[in-house]
This record gives sequence, structure tokens and C-alpha cells, in this order.
Amino acid sequence: MKPIEKENVQATLERFINKDVYIHIETTNGAYASHFNDKAYNVGAYVRNATVRFTQAKIVGDGNVYRVGLKMEKGWIYAEGLTDWVIHEEEKLLLAGHDREGRLMVSLQISETPFDY
Amino acid sequence: MEKHVVVIYPHPDDESFGAAGTIINFRNQGVPVTYLCGTLGEMGRNMGSPTFANRETLPYIRKKELLAACNVLDIELKMLGYRDKTIEYEDRQEVAQHLKGILETIKPSLVITHYPDHAVHPDHNALGAAAIEAVRQMDKENRPTLWAQAISNNHIEELGDPDIKNDVTEHFDKKMEAILCHDSQASGILGNFKKRDEVADDVKEAAKRRLGKEQFYHWHFDD
Ligand SMILES: [Zn+2]
Repeated sequence: MKPIEKENVQATLERFINKDVYIHIETTNGAYASHFNDKAYNVGAYVRNATVRFTQAKIVGDGNVYRVGLKMEKGWIYAEGLTDWVIHEEEKLLLAGHDREGRLMVSLQISETPFDY
Repeated sequence: MEKHVVVIYPHPDDESFGAAGTIINFRNQGVPVTYLCGTLGEMGRNMGSPTFANRETLPYIRKKELLAACNVLDIELKMLGYRDKTIEYEDRQEVAQHLKGILETIKPSLVITHYPDHAVHPDHNALGAAAIEAVRQMDKENRPTLWAQAISNNHIEELGDPDIKNDVTEHFDKKMEAILCHDSQASGILGNFKKRDEVADDVKEAAKRRLGKEQFYHWHFDD
């Protein structure tokens, strides 16, 4: 992946507006957080291949870390802490936030075709 | 001497970090070893250092790494096709039946897996429990010996001293070679050892202290 280029990501997000699209969204601090530090908590959430339709999409942020919000007819999807992006297999938009060690902390991915299993 | 050893863990790299030295010992004796690897570690957080993987490419990268590590260890590999971090939500009996079918074909004399509730990662606990259930359901006279590996911080307090303690420091270099096949994961995990070990002066020393011993509990069935 490469550092987010705000204008390019905005333009890519807009290509998915008013279409039925597949969403992958996750946050994680790993399965070992409380094993390596007994004061830490394991937290995470994961949705893969839910289909949604959004009418507006916006990337916000300045410089290194970004937030993306998607407005649906009856609700919202958002992710924060996003740092990197790539277009995968020519049409899938992958956004992710990595920590200093390069570990994934959050991801938001949008595609017109389903993600692998 | 063992006839055939089957190792059942959920992630590419569990075999190298957890049992590589033990596996090398068996292979040196000419004992066949088969690794039943539950998932492709699809949900790993480590993406390489510097990062070269993403959520979608990670499974393919980890599959290649797994094949390379199994090549170093000279073992057969069978990938079970579950998805990382979901094994505990699968039907336990279904997973056990799946494993039992494979074990009845291979007919191992020894099965190595994780110790349920003492293996930290939910996939380790769930696949370990399913593996033990699979062996339990086998006819008593055909059951292989079962070794379960605990890695929780409190396992010695709660389970006592492991009865199988393999000192594998003589195989350390080859074990590291297998670990380093898992390029996307290794530096992140080895770095964690270093952070927790103030005595060791480098990553290799920390790894040697952590990885020079492989321990297992002999699992006893009630019947
Ligand atoms: Zn594991």
C-alpha cells in the first residue's frame, strides 16, 4: 500500500456512489494484546462482504491520518486512523491504518465484486 | 520410535515457533510428519516490516511462506481451509469430524496440538479442543498419543510442569530458518520477544531464550 493521496481516494470513493457494493471493515489490536500486557484489552470488530449502498462519500484529514465516512439512506459507515491505500485487482479500493511497526489497526475496503471468502 | 506424527495448529508460523525443533528431531529419526494447518492467517496484523502485504494479498503471501517453511522442515502439509479468527465460531463437532477423517486416513502414532483454554489465541484454543475431541472419538485401541501445548502466562500455575520438555537449542539455526520463512510475520513477533526480554542484548538472543525449549502436556483420556 502507499500513503493516502486525498484527491485520488476521494475520486475513487465517488465511483462507488449509488451502487450496490461489498464492504470490508475491521478494527483490531490483535489477539495477543492482553497476553503481552495484562492491562490491555483485546478489542476488534469485523464485517466482510456485507452489501451496502451509499449516496455520499468523503475523506477528511490532513497530511498523514484520514477518516472516511459513507452516508447511506438509513445510516452511516465510517472508519478513522486510515493512513494507506491501494487499488487491488483494478477495482477494489483498500484503505488501511497502520501503526509505527506497520501492523494493521483498521481497514475499510469497498468493491463492486465480493472479497475472497 | 513414532510411526507418523501429525501436528494440528491453526496458523502458518505456529508450527515453526511452537514445534520446529521437535519436528526436526522426528524428521532426523526418519519419522514422517504431516502439518494440518487450519487457516492461512488471513487476519494477521503484521504486514511485513516494512509493510509489503495488505489484507487481500496476505493469505497468498502466507501460503507461500508456509510452503517454504514446510520445505525447510521437510514435512507434508495439508491446509484445512478455515478462516483466521473464526474457528471458535464453527461447529466444534463438525471440525472434530473433519479432523477425525484425516487422522483415520493418516493413522498417526502421535498428534501434537494446542492445549484448549491455555493457548491464548481463540483459534489455538478452538482447534486444539476440536483435535482432542477428534482423537477422543477414535476407537480406544487406534488412538494416537496426544501432546497439547500451552502458551498462556499462567499455564504452569494451573496445569503444573509440562511432562514433555524438548530442549531444541541444537536445532536452533534450522528452527530460525523455518521461522524466517514467515517473512510477513517473523520480524513483528521476534521484535515482541525482544521488547519483553530486557536481559537479551539482541533479537536472536531473546529468541534463543524463548524458543530453545518446546514443551507439551501428555493428554490423558478418561476411558
Ligand atoms: Zn497461531
